[in-house]
Amino acid sequence: MEMVLSAAIGVLAASGIWLLMRPRTFQVIVGLCLLSYAVNLFIFSMGRITMGAPPIMPKGGFINPAAYADPLPQALVLTAIVISFATTALFLVVLIASRGLTGTDHVDGQEREP
Amino acid sequence: MIEENLLLILVGLPFAAAIAASTVRASAHGAAAWVSGLLLAAGLAILALLHAPIGDGQVLRSTLRWVPSLGLNLTFRMDGFVWMFVTLVFAIGILVLVYARYYLSKADPVPRFYAFLMAFTGAMVGMLMSGNILMLVVFWELTSILSFLLIGYWHQGQAARDGARMALIVTGLGGMCLLVAMLILGQIVGSYDLDRVLAAGDVVRADPLYPLVLGLFLLGCFTKSAQMPFHFWLPGAMAAPTPVSAFLHSATMVKAGVFLLVRFFPVLGETELWFFAVTGTGMLTLVLASIIALFRHDLKGLLAYSTISHLGLITALAGIGSNGAILAAMFHIVNHAVFKASLFMAAGIIDHETGTRDMRRLSGLIRFMPVTGALAIVASAAMAGVPLLNGFISKEMFFAEAADWHNGTWLDNSLPYLATLAGVFAVAYSLRFIATVFFGPDAADLPKVPHEPPSLMRRPVELLVLVCLIVGILPGLTLGPTLNLAAQSVLGPDLPYKDIAVWHGFNLPLVMSLVALGVGVALYALLGGRIAAGPEGPPLLHRIRAQRVFERILLALTWKLPRVVHRTLGTERLQPQLRLIVLLTIAAGFATLWGVLRQAPAPLATDLNPAFALMWAVGGICAVGAAWLAKYHRFASVVLLGGAGLVTCLTFAWASAPDLAVTQLLVEIVTTVLLLLGLRWLPKRREEIAEDKLLPARIRRARDFVIAVVAGTGLAGIAYVMMTWPLIPNVGDWFLRNAYNEGGGTNVVNVILVDFRAFDTFGEITVLAIVGITVFALLRRFRPAPESIVLDDEQAGLEDRTLADALLVPSVIMRWMFPVMIVLAAYLFFRGHDLPGGGFAAGVTVSVAFLLQYLAHDVRWVEARLTVLPIRWMGIGLLIAGATGVGAFLFGYPFLTMHAQYVNIPLIGQVPAATALIFDAGVFSLVVGATVLMLIAIAHQSLRTTRMRERDSAETAEKETA
Repeated sequence: MEMVLSAAIGVLAASGIWLLMRPRTFQVIVGLCLLSYAVNLFIFSMGRITMGAPPIMPKGGFINPAAYADPLPQALVLTAIVISFATTALFLVVLIASRGLTGTDHVDGQEREP
Repeated sequence: MIEENLLLILVGLPFAAAIAASTVRASAHGAAAWVSGLLLAAGLAILALLHAPIGDGQVLRSTLRWVPSLGLNLTFRMDGFVWMFVTLVFAIGILVLVYARYYLSKADPVPRFYAFLMAFTGAMVGMLMSGNILMLVVFWELTSILSFLLIGYWHQGQAARDGARMALIVTGLGGMCLLVAMLILGQIVGSYDLDRVLAAGDVVRADPLYPLVLGLFLLGCFTKSAQMPFHFWLPGAMAAPTPVSAFLHSATMVKAGVFLLVRFFPVLGETELWFFAVTGTGMLTLVLASIIALFRHDLKGLLAYSTISHLGLITALAGIGSNGAILAAMFHIVNHAVFKASLFMAAGIIDHETGTRDMRRLSGLIRFMPVTGALAIVASAAMAGVPLLNGFISKEMFFAEAADWHNGTWLDNSLPYLATLAGVFAVAYSLRFIATVFFGPDAADLPKVPHEPPSLMRRPVELLVLVCLIVGILPGLTLGPTLNLAAQSVLGPDLPYKDIAVWHGFNLPLVMSLVALGVGVALYALLGGRIAAGPEGPPLLHRIRAQRVFERILLALTWKLPRVVHRTLGTERLQPQLRLIVLLTIAAGFATLWGVLRQAPAPLATDLNPAFALMWAVGGICAVGAAWLAKYHRFASVVLLGGAGLVTCLTFAWASAPDLAVTQLLVEIVTTVLLLLGLRWLPKRREEIAEDKLLPARIRRARDFVIAVVAGTGLAGIAYVMMTWPLIPNVGDWFLRNAYNEGGGTNVVNVILVDFRAFDTFGEITVLAIVGITVFALLRRFRPAPESIVLDDEQAGLEDRTLADALLVPSVIMRWMFPVMIVLAAYLFFRGHDLPGGGFAAGVTVSVAFLLQYLAHDVRWVEARLTVLPIRWMGIGLLIAGATGVGAFLFGYPFLTMHAQYVNIPLIGQVPAATALIFDAGVFSLVVGATVLMLIAIAHQSLRTTRMRERDSAETAEKETA
């Protein structure tokens, strides 16, 4: 499982980074989305893979922390998901505005000079 | 106790005067001057009160705690030396105020002038009285900034702006050096307290960093005190109004440097390095500046160089550093302040009444203004060092020190000759000032007919000249005790009392004085005529203008160099920048982890589920596919992106993170819709871009591909190593153990978000709100690209009816989904504290519900039936969350402390009723508001383009009919 998940993180990150360095705004946005998946999974994986033990307790009583998944990375990733949505929205609007203003969807607002 | 408070009041008085002066009317000359003057007079009264304890040899201290953790306290201390200096500043300050009252014209904005002048006085007094060396630097910098404002007071003039900027840059750079010096000094001593630093001279001198500290310290002092080669800002600062020059260049600003030299002599002095650096610079400045002064035609320019040369004299004395030299330095600080202030004022009167400061045009003024003339003659005689005036005595003491044997080095041996040479030129330039301005034939073409100034404008000059005379005749009685007290406070209490007298018998210093007087007069008699005809500055030397050099360097550094650097290294293109960021990140990752990252001894391994592997095979293909297709097939790319997101979401669910799975799923929906809405505004791209097939583009892509693969492999490697290391007990365990007892919820992730780390969440929702409003604001001004407005041929061919019916069945279903989704949202929200769900998930669900309505019908249909006010949702959400946090104050708890409890509600059963739930409601409301705001704002753009299209077609129709 660890092997598959880390490979997945690698593939997502590589696709994201490749897109990040492309010239079209839409590519950059898709790249950022992919990169955010990779980073979220990476942070999440810092709590190690635990299966069938969500951090939801019985009411009261003593509990053994080792029997549950680490809740902290999950809390961090939850906020990260929402924030990455917000940044995606912001970039999309910047994209639209820049497209309207410059007439091109190149990230520099002008086509590359040959 | 009273004395401690008096110290604080003393520092506060000038600042209070500054605030008071800044509030008066722009034309109220009298009021501003009166207020400032009275407050300074009160300061003098306090100083008189403090004289008794200071006279007993006490050191008064007063401490206010400021940043105790950094060892930074507002400590003020006063000993004999500081008392003398502060008294000088206040006394000359009052005289300058009286003078300025008549000097400034009606048109000058008064509040600014007096406010700056008083704030400057405060900064100077604060610097003098600082008991902490860091605070001293703060006040030191404050004097630099305020002197900039004062010199640039007539900012309409180019000269004033340049002069002010130059003074600020030079003294500011020096101040930075001083700060570094003080920081190292504090580290060496182990304290920033001035008393401890002053007592640690032996430790400092023995430290290997001593030369560095000394160098930086001297740079600070020399720039401030206009020592060569940093002297050039001072003549440039002559563009300031004369009262400012009289204040800054006599008693304050420039004296700050020599004050520090004398103050820190016990710490940094008494070494050969100190002697050579300080005395050498001082003597060089003394001699060169006195020569240059003789050749200046501008009255204030002559005085400026004379000031530089006298500062050199004081610096040289501080460098010699014997008991007598320190005493003489202090004495000359006072004497120079007195005669130079009066001379600047006299020069200002001449300028004011004749309209020019050019000595070649001025002549014979003694017949028009006899009183002013007499005063100026006495003051410049003091400057020249004529017997029975104060300048003579301190100069005699300087000559005595110069002639004395100190260490027998070549510099020490040459001191008497250099001193006499400087004395010759001092006599010559003083004589030139008097002879050309006041004697000779009547001036022919003066801009104004000269006459005596108002008597009150002359009063400060009269007073200062009187002091010159009294001190010159009775030095031992008037200043003797104060000076000895000051010297004792610097050099130690066992210093023997030194009697200051006019007559020491016929000795070497007297011979030097007489030689200087005789040769000086002869020199002027010989050269006088040729100087007036010559250029502004001494022969040969006038070509080297330090100011010009400085301006060249400034231009090169601030204008040419940045442009060259920007041209060669900078780029405005995004791609190289992003590539650089990625490469640097990879490099940083390798640099940190190289050799550290290793496999765990017993790697964790969870059994591989084939379904999981299969799922990620699909996920990986989706990700790579999305990357591959993002350029030409955007829609497919969005779909594939959604696929990758879905697999991510399933992974969360698989690996015990139901909360994340729910949120990811909902956010995925919203993101996809958002991207689909955005697609409409991008240019069509159906055929290939030809350039993309060319070799350079292929090389670029291959390079980026390598970078991406390296980054991805690196990240995968780190993730794998981290994941297989066994988990050590960490803060997560604490959250698990205490979530129920402390937070009153069983869903630990939610409890962390809304209770333990609620402050983070509060910050995060604020960010969300800001982003929402930014999106809204950006789109209000949005102008769509022209081709996006025009409908496709296919779209235009369809009738509106057909479009409306196209999604008839789904739209009915979507309409009916609305209440279902609202209930779902409520369910997610209420179970959030105990089971997966919560404010975020519920908020996104509600926005999806709204979104569905927009999808199912056209915008106008929805908005006729449903009013969503996203901004209010956001505002209310933030208010609720904030109020929950503040509410904790009412019960005496810190911000955002939550309270948890379960309540029994009939039919529904036990419901958690923690205050965290209210906070979560705030989160919910804000998420709804922000998400809906962004989506609606983008969706509305189509409505606007429809309107534009309608308007366009109406216009063409009109044209056709016309």
